Amino acid sequence: MDLQIALLLGQDGIVNGAIYALLALALVLVFAVTRVIFIPQGEFVAYGALTLAAFQAGKTPGTLWLLLGAGVLVAFIDSIMAVRAGAPGRLKRIALWDLALPAVVAGLVLWLEPGTLPLAAQVVLALAIVVPLGPMVYRLAYQPLAEASVLVLLIVSVAVHLALVGLGLLFFGAEGSRTTPFSEAQFALGTLTVNGQTLWVLGASAVLIIALYQFFGRTLYGKALRATAINRVGARLMGISNTMAGKLSFTLAAGIGAFSGILIAPITTVYYDTGFLVGLKGFVAAIIAGLVSYPLAAAGAILVGLLESFSSFWASAFKEVIVFTLIIPVLVWRSLTSHHVEEEE
Amino acid sequence: MKQRLPLMVFLVLLALGPLFLPEFYVTLLNYIGLYSIVALGLVLLTGVGGLTSFGQAAFVGLGAYATGYLTTAHGLSPWIALLVGLGVTAGVALVLGFLTLRLSGHYLPLGTIAWGISLYFLFGNLEFLGGHTGLTGIPVLEFFGLKLNTGREFYYLIWVVLLSFVLATQNLLDSREGRAIRALKGGGLMAESMGVNTARTKTTIFLIAALFACVSGWLYAHLQRFVNPTPFGLHIGIEYLFMAVVGGAAHVWGALVGAGLITILKQWLQDILPKIFGQSGNFEVIFFGIMLILVLQRAREGIWPWLVRLVPVRQGRRTVAEAEALPRREMPAAGTVLLEVKEARKQFGGLVANDNMNLSVKAGEVMALIGPNGAGKSTMFNCISGVDPVTSGEIRFLGERIDTLTSREIARRGMGRTFQHVRLLPTMSVLENVAIGAHLRGSKGVLSASLHLERAEEARLLAEAKRQLERVGLGAHLFDEAGSLPLGQQRVLEIARALSADPCLLLLDEPAAGLRYLEKQALAELLRRLRGEGMGILLVEHDMDFVMGLADRVVVMEFGEKISEGLPEEVQKDPVVLEAYLGGVE
Repeated sequence: MDLQIALLLGQDGIVNGAIYALLALALVLVFAVTRVIFIPQGEFVAYGALTLAAFQAGKTPGTLWLLLGAGVLVAFIDSIMAVRAGAPGRLKRIALWDLALPAVVAGLVLWLEPGTLPLAAQVVLALAIVVPLGPMVYRLAYQPLAEASVLVLLIVSVAVHLALVGLGLLFFGAEGSRTTPFSEAQFALGTLTVNGQTLWVLGASAVLIIALYQFFGRTLYGKALRATAINRVGARLMGISNTMAGKLSFTLAAGIGAFSGILIAPITTVYYDTGFLVGLKGFVAAIIAGLVSYPLAAAGAILVGLLESFSSFWASAFKEVIVFTLIIPVLVWRSLTSHHVEEEE
Repeated sequence: MKQRLPLMVFLVLLALGPLFLPEFYVTLLNYIGLYSIVALGLVLLTGVGGLTSFGQAAFVGLGAYATGYLTTAHGLSPWIALLVGLGVTAGVALVLGFLTLRLSGHYLPLGTIAWGISLYFLFGNLEFLGGHTGLTGIPVLEFFGLKLNTGREFYYLIWVVLLSFVLATQNLLDSREGRAIRALKGGGLMAESMGVNTARTKTTIFLIAALFACVSGWLYAHLQRFVNPTPFGLHIGIEYLFMAVVGGAAHVWGALVGAGLITILKQWLQDILPKIFGQSGNFEVIFFGIMLILVLQRAREGIWPWLVRLVPVRQGRRTVAEAEALPRREMPAAGTVLLEVKEARKQFGGLVANDNMNLSVKAGEVMALIGPNGAGKSTMFNCISGVDPVTSGEIRFLGERIDTLTSREIARRGMGRTFQHVRLLPTMSVLENVAIGAHLRGSKGVLSASLHLERAEEARLLAEAKRQLERVGLGAHLFDEAGSLPLGQQRVLEIARALSADPCLLLLDEPAAGLRYLEKQALAELLRRLRGEGMGILLVEHDMDFVMGLADRVVVMEFGEKISEGLPEEVQKDPVVLEAYLGGVE
């Protein structure tokens, strides 16, 4: 290995690491607020990428029908509950968010021929389809079990992952897709060539991380989420709805996931099941951070990205083995540093 | 006999099955059997023990690849390969268990996902295991000269193995070790205080589940006669867990129901879904995912409990057989100092919960620890019993320093306790709850429990539990669910549980709370009798009539420190105590 290759691998590792960092942040966020270990995060990555790819191939993405279907289902269940609870005032909001919003998105997609639009508009439309699925998934799968143990929620996550992967196969088929890069530019940095897309990934990740930081530090909703993460009951007594917090954190996670998918789609071919492994690597990073610390999660993600790219050079067949075995020393270190007798719920 | 009728019918049908079923169904039943073996391990691990694993498929792979490799590359006998496979699996499970079992709840399942993926990719990338194409030409299994060539012949082997595993698991759960396993989910801290080594118990069930999976893999390899990595991937691991959860993860038969249902459903969905969607692919996962979510939302116990309710089986009257009493500890002579606390201090971060605490308890006396709420009495209890060790200071029990020991080791030395917030296993019977207290008075392990070779010891343990329950006045409730008792009686149950460990020092945390007047009198009578037998009793209690009528000496605490000590009548007149309870006179 010479310097050239090392630099190339390093660049690769950092780009992937930036994506893992975003995912790890979303995973830490969702776990802290809802205690859900969000395995389906990877599916949002794939849905984001493949929805955009479908636009560019001139097809209507199947996720649109999923959005409409899930919206109708959520509206149906919530309306029944609203009527039963004697609160018909909720119906207007339900109609707006679960029926009107998906219908407007569907109308735009079917009417505009997104493939002909500028890339930025395509990205916005793809996000408009995928992101609302986040809170809908929370509503349908998790909300009825919000008070269950972490383990039950984890099994639910695995079930949601299975269902979404199957739907992904149904919508997008088994073939992978790539999308057009955000920028075709190339820069020479000494002997190293840096692609415009690389800079896009790094820049967008940095911007998102800073935005999240500001959101949690400076906005009321950000603080509400933090309060819920620290003490669910306490937050609820202060008027912060746990359901709202759950939906909001799932919206953020879905947004981060889908956008990550859109960022990597021009670099790697994305298949319907690619998201799972990508998401799990975010997990390895999140576990390094003990599922609590955001900066540690980001650092862990870069480490995972670098480890992955260098091991793909030395032992490409064992790339996944090496990355996922990394979790073992991390767990050992965790087990040596945590000393409490725990009592499971 | 009537209760066993459904089981008999099932066994007869199972035995006759291959004689008239077409090949397709025999194959299906073979797979159901193989999957059930793995799911059975998960019932023990997840449903009963509360430890979730998504990685069981990897252990199946270890068993299958061990025999695949050793029989083809080295020409070893499949039976030797089975032993090697079990050894390798046990080694891997012990290492993984050691690394992950000590961590809090969700790290274990996450760890299992990670090593599930790692092992899968390892199988697919190791040259000597044939890479992604796998190994072919695995020999036919020979059984006393009988070659198991066809699925029909193999059928009996699979089902005999499965049913004997079911029986062994059932036996295990109905034993001393089984009670320890059942206590893991929701009663870990209590079990440790009763002397159960929960870390070892967790490792044991993790190991058993892995070995079951390994045997299933070994059978699979010789049934298929080739192996490749596909059936050992993470998704299959998830499917195994899914089988256990849907079938009823807390019941051994739930494993069979779940495996059967999922296998048949998968077969059916794989047939019809591609026709409906007009393309091929594993679309059944969509339905499995949705179904699992619905099961967890609507019927978290799974299908088995629901099936049981359909078949009205009358529970026969259960009795506890008379058995020889267990050997008893030699009681220290009355007046011997049992417990000595010196300069104990307990700090939670910046909060000092106990400071400069000194007290002693002698054999044959009742020492009461009283004080207003929040004075640090229960914290002191937790320090003494090793549940939450002191920050500094010295605690001696029978002359030996115990402040560095775990609650389990302290229990072994003859200290019994109850908890302020009752810690019972609410769905277990009163009798079994109390029998956990006698855990340290038995010694038979998992193997003899699975074979039910420990019935004599078990009978003595249960008889002891019954004797203690009768002693505290709960003799009429032996087979009730512990959670169905009123709170006051649950506290009394905890006393019986502590007594069945045959302690010489008893720590009682508010034993009279929630009792009616006559019950309190009976309790006081019992405690007097225990004192008469030479037991030392340390008592935290708010009912002053109860305390003052019973205690030999009293220690009063406020704000984590001792403010007074002496005979009951002295303490009652102490102005410092009066101020603490009633406020000062202006």
